[in-house]
Amino acid sequence: MTADILGQGFSANLAPWVIAIPLVSSMVLLFFGKRVGKLAGVVASGAIGLSFVLSVILFLRLIGVEAGHETYNLRAAGYHGFDWISVGGFSVAFDLLVDQLSIVMLLVVTGVGTLIHVYSIGYMHDDPRYPRFFSYLNLFAASMLLLVLADNALLLYVGWEGVGLCSYLLIGFWFEKPSAANAAKKAFIVNRIGDFSFLIGIFLLTTTVGSLTIGQINEHAGAMTAGAATIIALLLFGGATGKSAQIPLYVWLPDAMEGPTPVSALIHAATMVTAGVYMVARLSPVFEASGDTALMVVGYIGAATALLAAVMACFEYDIKRVLAYSTISQLGYMFMAHGVHAYSAGIFHLVTHAFFKALMFLGAGAVMHALAGEVDMRKMGGLRKVMPITGWTFMMGWLAICGVIPFAGFFSKDAILASAWASGDYAIWAVGILTAFLTAFYMSRLYFRVFEGRVIVPEGVHVHDVPPSMAAALIPLGVLSVVGGAINLPSILTLEHFLEPVVGESRVPEGLTPWLLAGAALLVAASGVLIARVLYLSRAGSLRRRKLEARLAWLVEPARNKFYVDRIYGATIVLPGKRLATWFADRFDPNVVDGLLVGSGKFVARTSERLRGIQSGYVRNYAATFLLGVVVIFTIVLAKVTL
Amino acid sequence: MSVDPGYYLALAALMFTIGAVGALVRKNAIVIFMFIELMLNAVNLVFVTFARVHGHIDGQVLVFFVLVVAAAEVVVGLAIITVIFRHRASANVDDVNLLRR
Amino acid sequence: MSDFPFLDVVIFIPLAGALALGFVPKGRDDLLRWGALAVTLIAFVVSLGVLFNFDMHDAGFQLGSKASWIPDWGVTYSTGIDGISLWMIMLTTFLMPLGVLASWTITSRLKPYFIFLLALETGMLGVFASLDMFLFYLFWEVTLIPMYFLIGMWGYGNRIYAAMKFFLFTLVGSLLMLVAILFLYFAAKGGPTFDYTKLLTLDLATGTQRWLFLAFFASFAVKVPLVPLHTWLPDAHTEAPTAGSVMLAGVMLKMGAYGLIRFGIPLFPEAAKEFAPIIMGLAIVGIIYGALVAAMQKDLKRLIAYSSVAHLGFVILGIFVGTVQGMSGGILQMVNHGLSTGALFLLVGALYDRRHTRLIADYGGIAATVPIFAGLFLFVALSSLGLPGLNGFVGEFLVLLGTFFSYRWWVIPAAFGIILAAVYLLWAYQRVFHGPITVEENRSIPDLNWREVAMLAPLVALIVFIGVYPKPFLERIEPAATKVVQQLNGGSTTTGDQAEAP
Repeated sequence: MTADILGQGFSANLAPWVIAIPLVSSMVLLFFGKRVGKLAGVVASGAIGLSFVLSVILFLRLIGVEAGHETYNLRAAGYHGFDWISVGGFSVAFDLLVDQLSIVMLLVVTGVGTLIHVYSIGYMHDDPRYPRFFSYLNLFAASMLLLVLADNALLLYVGWEGVGLCSYLLIGFWFEKPSAANAAKKAFIVNRIGDFSFLIGIFLLTTTVGSLTIGQINEHAGAMTAGAATIIALLLFGGATGKSAQIPLYVWLPDAMEGPTPVSALIHAATMVTAGVYMVARLSPVFEASGDTALMVVGYIGAATALLAAVMACFEYDIKRVLAYSTISQLGYMFMAHGVHAYSAGIFHLVTHAFFKALMFLGAGAVMHALAGEVDMRKMGGLRKVMPITGWTFMMGWLAICGVIPFAGFFSKDAILASAWASGDYAIWAVGILTAFLTAFYMSRLYFRVFEGRVIVPEGVHVHDVPPSMAAALIPLGVLSVVGGAINLPSILTLEHFLEPVVGESRVPEGLTPWLLAGAALLVAASGVLIARVLYLSRAGSLRRRKLEARLAWLVEPARNKFYVDRIYGATIVLPGKRLATWFADRFDPNVVDGLLVGSGKFVARTSERLRGIQSGYVRNYAATFLLGVVVIFTIVLAKVTL
Repeated sequence: MSVDPGYYLALAALMFTIGAVGALVRKNAIVIFMFIELMLNAVNLVFVTFARVHGHIDGQVLVFFVLVVAAAEVVVGLAIITVIFRHRASANVDDVNLLRR
Repeated sequence: MSDFPFLDVVIFIPLAGALALGFVPKGRDDLLRWGALAVTLIAFVVSLGVLFNFDMHDAGFQLGSKASWIPDWGVTYSTGIDGISLWMIMLTTFLMPLGVLASWTITSRLKPYFIFLLALETGMLGVFASLDMFLFYLFWEVTLIPMYFLIGMWGYGNRIYAAMKFFLFTLVGSLLMLVAILFLYFAAKGGPTFDYTKLLTLDLATGTQRWLFLAFFASFAVKVPLVPLHTWLPDAHTEAPTAGSVMLAGVMLKMGAYGLIRFGIPLFPEAAKEFAPIIMGLAIVGIIYGALVAAMQKDLKRLIAYSSVAHLGFVILGIFVGTVQGMSGGILQMVNHGLSTGALFLLVGALYDRRHTRLIADYGGIAATVPIFAGLFLFVALSSLGLPGLNGFVGEFLVLLGTFFSYRWWVIPAAFGIILAAVYLLWAYQRVFHGPITVEENRSIPDLNWREVAMLAPLVALIVFIGVYPKPFLERIEPAATKVVQQLNGGSTTTGDQAEAP
């Protein structure tokens, strides 16, 4: 246990309730869903809302009324539950930990979670499995909160797989659609591959550190050899690539858009996919202990993912898939931050991203809701005029992700780019700025096509703006997308300093450099937006687009085919695996293995069949054999006696 | 004055061989039976001879056993042969190979 | 502590019940059903007495009794349990009423059916409680006969072939064991004896140990079953009636693993140590191979049967890695597998009762028609694929951790089996429950009835309980497991304290 940091001022006895309330609500809705009926949405939202209130109380206790303006200490509180697995010298307890890092995540998960729950009341209103949906949503919240609050790596793993399960359940919520069922299974299995790596990392931590509590791991990480730390860090990061959809395991996330849109907003944008980012920050001393190797891998994988996903997003027409690629890209951004030791910048971007990406997913959901499930952006346009709430809030999200000052995304993206520059790894900075340009471009493309210009709606659809419950989620998220950057404004409550005791200080450039960097980022964002405007809002747009596409043909085709990654995986892993398994099941097992075993039995049967021929049934033959036997024995005895 | 035991043994061997060959060659169950009796009695003769040579009573006792067993055997055997004869109107042993299958 | 001989009473309650059922007059089928249920429930309640009187700090044998039986041959009636057999006995008595409930739909020749089922229970309980080799062998063989008839008379399709295969495979193995038992009998110090505790003091030469171990191993490996001796299992599982499959997977497979822990290792520790790498290799092959073959099965019951091969691979791996974690995890995993695979067979049996087919291709999309059924199936499948928070994870994690302590690299292929478990279970789940409904009959399948919910609810409760709070199980297993591990390692234990203090 983290006895050393226990009792520093505040009590975490509320922490288990933060998890328990949604869990209980989920179980109630699961078992008594029919009786609860349409109240399910209210019950579920109430449960997660209560968790949010408790989180706020915990937060207030953490910052402490008496703390005043003194320097930020590592302020943490543990909650001791019960022994979970304890055999021999190995012991893992059901303990929770509340510190600066987990409280930030706690607030994001419960806060954004509550808004999305409320949104779902309207969005899922006509679904026949309405209570079930909210039960899963609450179960997800509970698992995610367990992941965030876990005091040891194994408990974190419980939450880790728990959110994976809920993701499976929710992606496959409309299981009648084969594509949804496939996507759900794919998500779970790809995540399992990451989890496999994570689990082995946990085993290695057990043997090298001797304890799995976060406190112990982080305290003793420095004592590990760089080699051991590198291997462990990379294995843990392997888990993160699965959950947070990074190269090479990102393939499940675009498909996961088969789930209901609130799910995409909650799980596949704001919370679950950020679990990997959180985990790396949580165990940052392990990554630091490996020297530069592990973090370099983290940074480069993040950068590569950010760029690749951004390119794919530029050529996609499905609005949800654009947002999905954008999420992958932004998650890559967060890992880039981690890669240059700027954990707090990564977490900062995680928070702002949760605001604006959840907002945009919910906006996309509102569009689908209004257009009878249409997701192809070529079949829509000018929607801000017919759905003002959705349009205006979406605009906030768009400006935030493009990095326009003073929207939330500007600050967090700038923090990452500045740290990348300060770390001296200019390659990462360059990729970051290129990605920022692409991001501004494809998000503007999406925004202009859908919300600006001439009004286009599918035939026979009566377009309506969002009902109040959905607006109740869009508007606060819109506001947060505008002002969310304030949590890290110098001289107010700054997130960076707040997190410093947990994740350490980030390097920032000195003097005039930060202003120049910020200016460059703004310039790049503006050019991305402008190019999109020229291509999608001007009269000659479609002609220019065609010309540009012809020139970029070498890129367009592969990008539209997702760079063939799914096909390559299918041909190199899935298909050979299936072939091998089929050969085992249909040929090897029945013929060779069973053939040998049953064959040995048959051999005995055949031999006795042959031996049976000696039994002629004629008494004479038996008697003759008998006589012969007697003579032989007699001869032998006689020979022995006489010799 | 006594006869050399070798003669008795030679006679017994002759009787046994006749019995064995007969039992193997003949097909009629009753005749086979008679040859078996011949073999048994050859053995009896050997027993008696050695009892006399060694001055022991044991051999003679065994002769009685053999006689009794042979009698019992004949009773059972003839009964079986009779039953088979009733079923198949033949006492030929070659016809009785049902146990083969 | 009470002096009431709970253990011995538990063993013979089912047999007495079987005799009593023999007197039920013809045509009273309901009386037979309720009678069998009552007998198994009483056995379960009495077994709770065993559980509560069990002293968890005692690593030795307890709660048993000893009486002279055939003194001329040195055969005694000698029973007793430790933390390992305790859970096997609890598992048996727990699963049995559920098996009876699952048999409610059987209508032909009920009387012999229930008599065989109850006789089977006594046999299985006896196997786990015997401390006399003769008694053990007797019970071991006694389990064979009722199961043979259960498969052969009440099974499906190709039942005669399956029953025969099951019988011959296990019999060949156990005959070798009989020879080894007789060898031990005559080799015992201070005159021939079948007494297990006396035989433990035997000091056999390694060469002798090797042969005896292999003879025992032959019997147990067939039962477990270890690849490549597993091929009787899919046939037997598939053709057996539901209760038969539940008992076969839930308990009888564990008799093999139990035998290895109770006899294989303690009687021949040096040989066991020597063969451990080979056996572990086979176990890992079983994990991967069983999973791959399971993925491609077209018949649900065959799929579960092959998944058993994979799961039992984890059990055997845990037993032979030579760490307390591995051993405890292996033993817990025996219980876990009994619960989750038992539940899977109950569910597939319920589905078969409705549609009379086990082929995956005959289903699709039925989550819409039978939501409760689908939910429970998913739940159990998740337990089986080792989702943290449910029972399977605790066992598999401990086995893998234990393996990691002593054979670091072996963990990688073994843990790979966990990925494959997700593949075959979720793929099968998708094909049966998800997608559009393609077969018209599937639109009108009735969901689970109260009897079926009642039979699954206890399993669900235990699956969650072990997943969240395995302590009551682990703390009773640990002392006995530690003892066996010490024997395997020749006196020393390897525990988790391998970390160098920083």
